[in-house]
Amino acid sequence: MDIQVNAIDAAFARLREEGRTALIPFLTIGDPDLGTSVEIIEALEQAGADMIELGVPYSDPLADGPVIQRASERALANGRVTLEDCIQVAEHARGAGVKLPFILFSYYNPVLQFGLERFFELVTAKGISGLIIPDLPIEEDAELRAMAEAANIHLIPLVAPTSNDRVVRIAAKARGFVYCVSSLGVTGVRADFHQGIDEFLATVRSATNTPIAVGFGISSREQVERFSKQADGVIVGSAIVRKIEEVVPLLQSPAMKQDGLAQIRAFVGELKG
Amino acid sequence: MTQVPDENGRFGKFGGRYVPETLMNALIELEEAYRHYSKDPDFIAEVRYLLTKYSGRPTSLYHAQRLSEHLGGAQIYLKREDLNHTGAHKINNTIGQGVLAKRMGKTKIIAETGAGQHGVASATVAALLGMECKVFMGEEDTKRQELNVFRMKLLGAEVVPVTSGTRTLKDACNETLRYWVSHVDDTYYILGSVTGPHPYPMMVRDFQRIIGDESREQIQKEAGRLPDYVVAAVGGGSNAIGMFYPFIGDASVKLIGVEAAGRGVDTDEHAATMTKGRHGVFQGSLSYVLQDEYGQVQPAHSISAGLDYPGIGPEHAYLKDTERAAYLPITDAEALEALQLLSRTEGIIPALESAHAIAQVMKLAPTLGSDQIIVVSLSGRGDKDVQAIMGYLEGGM
Repeated sequence: MDIQVNAIDAAFARLREEGRTALIPFLTIGDPDLGTSVEIIEALEQAGADMIELGVPYSDPLADGPVIQRASERALANGRVTLEDCIQVAEHARGAGVKLPFILFSYYNPVLQFGLERFFELVTAKGISGLIIPDLPIEEDAELRAMAEAANIHLIPLVAPTSNDRVVRIAAKARGFVYCVSSLGVTGVRADFHQGIDEFLATVRSATNTPIAVGFGISSREQVERFSKQADGVIVGSAIVRKIEEVVPLLQSPAMKQDGLAQIRAFVGELKG
Repeated sequence: MTQVPDENGRFGKFGGRYVPETLMNALIELEEAYRHYSKDPDFIAEVRYLLTKYSGRPTSLYHAQRLSEHLGGAQIYLKREDLNHTGAHKINNTIGQGVLAKRMGKTKIIAETGAGQHGVASATVAALLGMECKVFMGEEDTKRQELNVFRMKLLGAEVVPVTSGTRTLKDACNETLRYWVSHVDDTYYILGSVTGPHPYPMMVRDFQRIIGDESREQIQKEAGRLPDYVVAAVGGGSNAIGMFYPFIGDASVKLIGVEAAGRGVDTDEHAATMTKGRHGVFQGSLSYVLQDEYGQVQPAHSISAGLDYPGIGPEHAYLKDTERAAYLPITDAEALEALQLLSRTEGIIPALESAHAIAQVMKLAPTLGSDQIIVVSLSGRGDKDVQAIMGYLEGGM
């Protein structure tokens, strides 16, 4: 039997050959509605994204700043978007021809309530390649990690500038890529990154052969270029979610929807350079 | 009995540390500092000194004879945590954590608050120890508890209104954690209950167990034996665990936690986490959580802002599932009735939180003989609630 290559690994291998850095946008699924999320995913691919983080809206998003909190609130207010709905969106996006690897971003409780076994059956069937669970540190992830490895789904860990001696242990277990948190604090656009960010990234780099990606607070082309020199991937979350928030009125109007999608495409295209 | 929590912060399956990686080293550092200082004689002496000379401990265990006679059953003893400085048990914990923060070299403290009691206790300790203090409080609660907001400001603290989510205690907790993530270097987070990630449930229990330790000694001195029942109200569960913990090994002592049933456990407006919740991960630990079938946390409701919380400490979940303690719901209306009864029979106006425990005693005492003993934690005084109670009693529910 062939061991299937995970799509995230394949994408990083190809990017390495091309000498490029992955652009990894994030969106909150269901903001403003499930159907539009599929179209936004298509727009992100057209604009040059290399993988996409699909954010599951949650009532208590501890690691997120106000922009993504508001997106969660919108998604939950507009018809209680569930974990299963988010995975369906991935399937519909595939149906619409999207080829990019999908990474599901969810807080732990929705996954736990869905049931871990049922969850892995579903994500495997629907073409999800990776998982990010921001409130599941290595001390708590043994059961889920074992199931993820068995299913060939990459559990992507976060490391922070405060991780210090934990970096080596976390990086050793990392699959897909290591998500390096650029600054202390929650997600959100910011001008300054943590002092010592360069040293931090170098530490992570030296701890693993797995690709590393930088996220939290990246919002401009200059910042994307800055981190492209040090990392294999750059994650842009709040800046895109804020752009989506700006164009929600357009996205909700049948006549204006294409304008809204075009603005998102243009924004991501500009980040990409 | 095995020691809980274990080194991973687990009470059986409950507890743990479900937090963003950014906080992990801060929690580990906190745990190490706590384990070190909790054995340090100087630290212990300083905390003890402040509890005695500043807060007025030990608090009395008072035999409520008129209430006992009125209910016509068991003898009821009130553990008078309401007599503490700042009017509730919350100060036991903030003194302990405040002194710890200072020893750890932190210069700033932050805290979450619902009704404002923990915020006031934190602001008080910050003033006492000469530290900066920021208190995060849901915007809704800042309106409901205007007087406590002013008290905190008077004590030199900054009150930060929280406008995310439901704008109540649960979101104040989220916001405090978010702030802490960005300021872990110089800031100490004084968490107010036995909730959150390890080591908080263990540490806050240890700082609150003085309630039960004193009660256990006092009742034996006064009645010559252990009580038959120990009763305490549960929101996050800090006064209840403080009261229960020293009695856990006493098999003959039945432990009853009283949670807020709001408008009734069959309505959507309650805070009955044990009665209606399920196992889940919320704000850093695995415990019982009020949530929908998809794992979204549900807003809670209670007349008492201190019980208005959709989670509960993991050690309580452990006590429930091992059947060492029982958890029973009391409605807003029952709590209000109990508050009036205690006021009229004993001249003690309890906090709305504590009135829930009294309401359970009103049901329990008449079923027992006059030779049986109930010790109940009167966790706080009602001064803070007087205006709200006036609104309820004169304006209807």
